[in-house]
Amino acid sequence: MNNMQADKNIKVKRGGKDVKISVDFEGKMSFGERLKLRIMSSFFLTKVVWTIFRLVLLLGISYVILLPFITKIAGSFMSIDDFLDVTVNLIPKYPTFDTYKYIFVENKYLEALTNTAILSGLCAVVQMMTCAVIGYGLSKFKFRGNKIVFICVILTMIIPHQTLQTSMFMKFRYFDIYGIYEFIYETFGLEALYVKNVAATKIWQYPYFNLINTYWPLAILSIGGLAFKNGLYIFMMRQFYKGVPDELEEAAYVDGSGVLRTFVQIILPLSVPMMITIFLFAFSWQWTDSFYTNFFFTQEGMYLMPDIVKIPQTLNKAAATMVNSGEYFSAINNTCGLMILLPLLIMYCFCQKYLVQGIERSGIVG
Amino acid sequence: MNSEAKVKTTQVQTKKRRKSKSLDKKKAKMGWIFVLPFVLVFLLVYVPILIDSINYSFHEIVILPGGGFDLDFVGWDNYSYALFENPDFVQTLTTGIQQLVFDIPAIVIFSLFMAILLNQKMSGRTFFRAVFFVPVILSTGIISSIEQQNNAMVSDLMGDGMALEDMDEGASQGVEVISAMDVQALFANMKVGTELVDYVVSIVNNIYGIINRSGVQMLIFLAGLQSISPAIYESCTVEGATAWETFWKITFPMISPMILVNAVYTVIDAFTSSTNSVMTFISNVAAETNGDVRSSAMSWMYFLIVMLIISVVSAVMSAYVFYQRRD
Repeated sequence: MNNMQADKNIKVKRGGKDVKISVDFEGKMSFGERLKLRIMSSFFLTKVVWTIFRLVLLLGISYVILLPFITKIAGSFMSIDDFLDVTVNLIPKYPTFDTYKYIFVENKYLEALTNTAILSGLCAVVQMMTCAVIGYGLSKFKFRGNKIVFICVILTMIIPHQTLQTSMFMKFRYFDIYGIYEFIYETFGLEALYVKNVAATKIWQYPYFNLINTYWPLAILSIGGLAFKNGLYIFMMRQFYKGVPDELEEAAYVDGSGVLRTFVQIILPLSVPMMITIFLFAFSWQWTDSFYTNFFFTQEGMYLMPDIVKIPQTLNKAAATMVNSGEYFSAINNTCGLMILLPLLIMYCFCQKYLVQGIERSGIVG
Repeated sequence: MNSEAKVKTTQVQTKKRRKSKSLDKKKAKMGWIFVLPFVLVFLLVYVPILIDSINYSFHEIVILPGGGFDLDFVGWDNYSYALFENPDFVQTLTTGIQQLVFDIPAIVIFSLFMAILLNQKMSGRTFFRAVFFVPVILSTGIISSIEQQNNAMVSDLMGDGMALEDMDEGASQGVEVISAMDVQALFANMKVGTELVDYVVSIVNNIYGIINRSGVQMLIFLAGLQSISPAIYESCTVEGATAWETFWKITFPMISPMILVNAVYTVIDAFTSSTNSVMTFISNVAAETNGDVRSSAMSWMYFLIVMLIISVVSAVMSAYVFYQRRD
């Protein structure tokens, strides 16, 4: 306090006593102020320009991302008359719910929805759990062969499933592990037993299991963490657990908790955001996947989401007189796509927060 | 007396060490239990599939009417067929790989730029983030397959085989943001090669595809940006570094491991996606020649080439990657 008062006194004295000095002093100050102001304003200007630039850029790219969805949504409400009318561009003149109605009724939307929801939900839950377990094992235990297992995980991520398409189909069509089953079958003469059962269950066919059209192929792959993009999930979980401090587990061990109990009671609750992220990925990628479902399930065996993409009969009849029906049919197909994505979109609205959070907290370090 | 005590203490120490070692070993054994599901299924199911796939590429499959299949050994025939007899494979392969090599820098730079933008504090950040990650969730196999169907249908109805190839990658929406002429006018005075101009034009016109494919990369970059401690930036601003300097001296080195990860991920993602031109070609071959496994040989060749690209990319980039702490 005293010091400040003294400073003030000096200033006042300077300004008051000697006029020349005070003028110089004031000039200096004002120059400095002006300079400061100029810097501030240029700083401010660049900031404003940058903000506008950023906003325009982000809006533009958001527009590019959302435009296909907007055109598809617009197209889904159009009736045939709209496609005949040249003036209709985005907003339909004769809006109708017919497209939705007929897809819902004639393409058996509900059946596909329930089947796909059950399949994707089960797959996502199993994959989330296994990836968490495997990721934890890879990150926190330094057993011999750890690195080899990790390289195998990366390998499964790199090898595209298209490469394995034929052999994977063959594997699950004629399922047998290293010929063990065939060996048992032939040595114990189980033929008589199976001939009776062939009619009863389709799975038991001579002398292999036919797992096509059952949940088994996806279940086996999911349990092993080898299904679609599971290598990525394992990698993400591993990076996440690497960021969890070892002291936490050590404290638990000191308190007499076993490895399994530590994992279940301490580590798992910690990793909930990351696991939600992985659930979201697994669920939505399984949901929209048409590659696996196409060759593990035939349409007769299991009616799934990709199967609803077709033109409903009523609309097909209605469009019979149309000259250029291609546009109309593609709009219907797009509507099917939208209806497939709708549940995902609803889920995304609720979980979007966790997606970014989980990734941010993961602290993925290369 | 003294020596005895010493011996005792050493004994105790060795005992302790032994005990801790056994605890570690026990823990290490638990590690096997954690990775057991993966190892089991990998060895019992995945490895046979892998071996079968390689095996099939040297064989011809004959499906027997009674159920079951037979293999005819044909040696390198499938490979020589793909390389020398099939007229389109080599061309598709080269253009596909060219596309892949061009896409890596575009996607990585774009996603880094976008991640930095989305990491800044501004109003509406949550909205933009939500929009930008929509492609991660929604743009997958099914939509592109529907689009391909639509294109096929439209071109069928048009009567002439309107080029399908420039419509893949979901670019069928035809968002021609700028034309080549605009960019050429912009670059005319800069005295850069026409190749660069063409490259930029192709990127800008393919922006929809690039945005759709850079979602996961953006997430990874965002995570990396979040992990840089704000104290470093603070000290930078105190020292008077500009934003430009801060980016090149701090952000870029700190994010460089992520750039490597993303480059590799981009290659893998582009290579395994079903919209990939080479992959579509291969699966078309598989569909046309029913029961034939020529496609298997083709995809193995493609896989080897892409592995080569990945190893080159990671070898070159890991020389420049900066790690904050080396374990």
